[in-house]
Amino acid sequence: MQRLWSVVELEKLRGRILSQRKPEKPCISICGGTGCHAYGCEDIAKAFKNEIKRQGLSKQVELKVTGCHGFCERGPLIVVYPQKIFYQRVSPDDVSEIIAETIIKGNIIDRLLYVDPVSGEKAQFEKDVPFYKKQQRLVFGNNGLIDPTNIEDYLATGGYSALSQVLFNMQPEEVIEEIKKSGLRGRGGGGFPTGRKWESCRNAPSSDGIRYVICNADEGDPGAYMDRSLLEGNPHSVLEGMVIGAYAVGAHDGYVYVRLEYPLALKNLGIALGQAREYGFIGQNILGSGFDFNVKISRGGGAFICGESTALMASLEGRVGEPRPKHIHTALQGLYGKPTNLNNVETWANVPLIINRGADWYSQIGTDGSKGTKIFSLVGKINNTGLVEVPMGITLREIIYDIGGGIPHGKKFKAVQTGGPSGGCLPESLIDLPVDFDRLTKAGSIMGSGGMIVMDEGTCMVDIARYFVQFLTGESCGKCVPCREGLDRMLDILTDITEGKGKEEDIALLEELGGVIKEASLCALGGTAPNPVLSTIRYFRDEYEAHVRERRCPAGVCKALITFKIVAEKCTGCGVCARECPQGAPSGEKKKPYIIDQEKCIKCGLCRDSCKFDAVIIL
Amino acid sequence: MVELTIDGIKTRVSEGTTVLEAASEMGITIPTLCYYPGLSCYGECRVCLVEVVKGDRSSLEASCTLPVDQGQVILTNSEKVTRARKLIMELLLSSCPNSKTLQDMAANMGINKVRFKIKDRGCILCGRCVRYCKEQMKSGGIGFVGRGTSRRVATAFDVTPEECRNCGGCEWICPVNERACMAGNLIDGLCGACQNLEPVETCPVCTECSQSVGPSGHEVY
Repeated sequence: MQRLWSVVELEKLRGRILSQRKPEKPCISICGGTGCHAYGCEDIAKAFKNEIKRQGLSKQVELKVTGCHGFCERGPLIVVYPQKIFYQRVSPDDVSEIIAETIIKGNIIDRLLYVDPVSGEKAQFEKDVPFYKKQQRLVFGNNGLIDPTNIEDYLATGGYSALSQVLFNMQPEEVIEEIKKSGLRGRGGGGFPTGRKWESCRNAPSSDGIRYVICNADEGDPGAYMDRSLLEGNPHSVLEGMVIGAYAVGAHDGYVYVRLEYPLALKNLGIALGQAREYGFIGQNILGSGFDFNVKISRGGGAFICGESTALMASLEGRVGEPRPKHIHTALQGLYGKPTNLNNVETWANVPLIINRGADWYSQIGTDGSKGTKIFSLVGKINNTGLVEVPMGITLREIIYDIGGGIPHGKKFKAVQTGGPSGGCLPESLIDLPVDFDRLTKAGSIMGSGGMIVMDEGTCMVDIARYFVQFLTGESCGKCVPCREGLDRMLDILTDITEGKGKEEDIALLEELGGVIKEASLCALGGTAPNPVLSTIRYFRDEYEAHVRERRCPAGVCKALITFKIVAEKCTGCGVCARECPQGAPSGEKKKPYIIDQEKCIKCGLCRDSCKFDAVIIL
Repeated sequence: MVELTIDGIKTRVSEGTTVLEAASEMGITIPTLCYYPGLSCYGECRVCLVEVVKGDRSSLEASCTLPVDQGQVILTNSEKVTRARKLIMELLLSSCPNSKTLQDMAANMGINKVRFKIKDRGCILCGRCVRYCKEQMKSGGIGFVGRGTSRRVATAFDVTPEECRNCGGCEWICPVNERACMAGNLIDGLCGACQNLEPVETCPVCTECSQSVGPSGHEVY
């Protein structure tokens, strides 16, 4: 491929790509995202390849392994174009039938369609599936259309047109003004207005004129994978955003800091970067505009703290990844002491969109203080696990019930934690809360990077708080006292409470300690780490009190506080519990009620799970 | 020059000064641990916290790393500050109870109980030794190893490095190693042999002594 030297050449190429594409040509798009990978989508792709070859259809049918489609719960997912037929839970055995029926004859295979569990209706197309209906997939939607290893796919969806618009028709100040007007706020968690950050970076004095831009792809929150899916599925959108940002702030060097645990993201980003260089979207004299910008990919070493901007920069410089006080913003003094503009993956991916469609259009989406859409990873006790992109201001109820399909096994909703491990747990009374930066903060949680963990009635809120504090204690860099020692002692107290050793004054002490850790810590890790504890005390104080005063775990989770018992009236004496129990705790005669030997019981709950008559209860 | 207000008093200092330095120039004492004149500021111990007031909002910042800013309003001894400082002191004591420096500081702050589990690590990870070794001795023989609660000061691979000249500076500058507490038994995390524990006014013998006052009264008498 020839390097592109002007907008004319770019548009000529785009025209050629589009003219070669036949929209009516059948195309099988296989989701290659994280979830579908785990379901074995690679085997399906291989099976399709073989089948197409076997039937000699290579010229007639196109096969595409794309990035994440979002509906991970129902993976492996397949969309058949041009009709856009949506198949879910596809296995390699279905491949020949899909080719024979759908591709050749145009028939729909009924059993692979999604069935709405509520109405029982079958959905033929993605747009009919309730999971997708309420979403507004502006950033994430192209994932299903693009083979991330093929830059032509990105160009076919209008890729790099925002870049050419910026380079040839806009001054850097105009770009910043546009981003400011759009109201875009940082998607990494802090929610700082992106345009203002760019402006202060551009205006910051730099003796040799050197400035940097960084893409923060060190996504470490347990259960969150939206940045990963963007990098894996649409890496060019992130790169394009970065070049635009670099032009706006006047930077010529950029870094993408990707966590080591994302090998596919690293691979796809590396391929994308190579192609972007080859085509002249990154490098010297981009598109003949005279603007130079280089990007390097840097791999993180696996420390959660390196997602914090100053720790990330320390790590990039080759020092230990630990934060420094941010009295002077990184926009003024960041990487190597130079003005540095750091944004999150999702923020960068929003930039081309804003340039293409305009700040006025973008700012119409969302609420007063939070514009645009946000990708959430909806996980936990929810029917439709997956990545959802919704406009800001949508209520938690809409996300959890309309998109997420509610709680599995007919259980009751209890709480939702937003914003990753250091987010707060919001109770049912707040389920109609519109989701945006300011409202979540006010409710005691955070937007964070967009994790959303749903919990049902079987979740103990003290135990969940303990779990998150344990994670954060392990991931604290250990530099400052409130975070290192404070979280450790907080964990001690919470562990005591869950083990039935809680003291009356512990709850007040947790609140006091949490308040101080929040206020006195050096960086945002400590500054948000007590959120799970403080929010659960705020909304579920009765559970803490039950643990401390009555030595009782209302949810039946904390092992030290529960006993398993067999209800004699319900027990049929089938003996399944005794067979399942690894300790041999239940015993009794056939067809007579069994009894659990409490000495032997290790409270694993297998007896309860295996009992068909609900005879095993937790006391 | 930058003009700022500390504890209600206006002052002018040159740009680049830290709030801690500005306050001490005015004679206002802010307790410190990881700060040491001549070493770079690190902001680890958070004992030197001050309240930065911005309109009706305020935040806590470590004064040793906080540069002065035009029109800044600082409170060094507000309720918010003392509450946080005392709790941090408790945390420090619980991780390093046998230090006279810490015990004395706790006594001066009026702490009479440590409410946390005592986990004696013998080190508060203030990093004075690390910075002294690197910045003053130009050696860099020691550094931090590990993260979170397993963080510790060590030499690379726990072997005495070539860089170490055995100067003993690390030991000398350590705020908790300087004089180990000899009292032995701790009660509620406090040793009771220094200036602390029972508030002086409860001493039945004298009113203005600076001698040891233990839980059972005055040791000297």
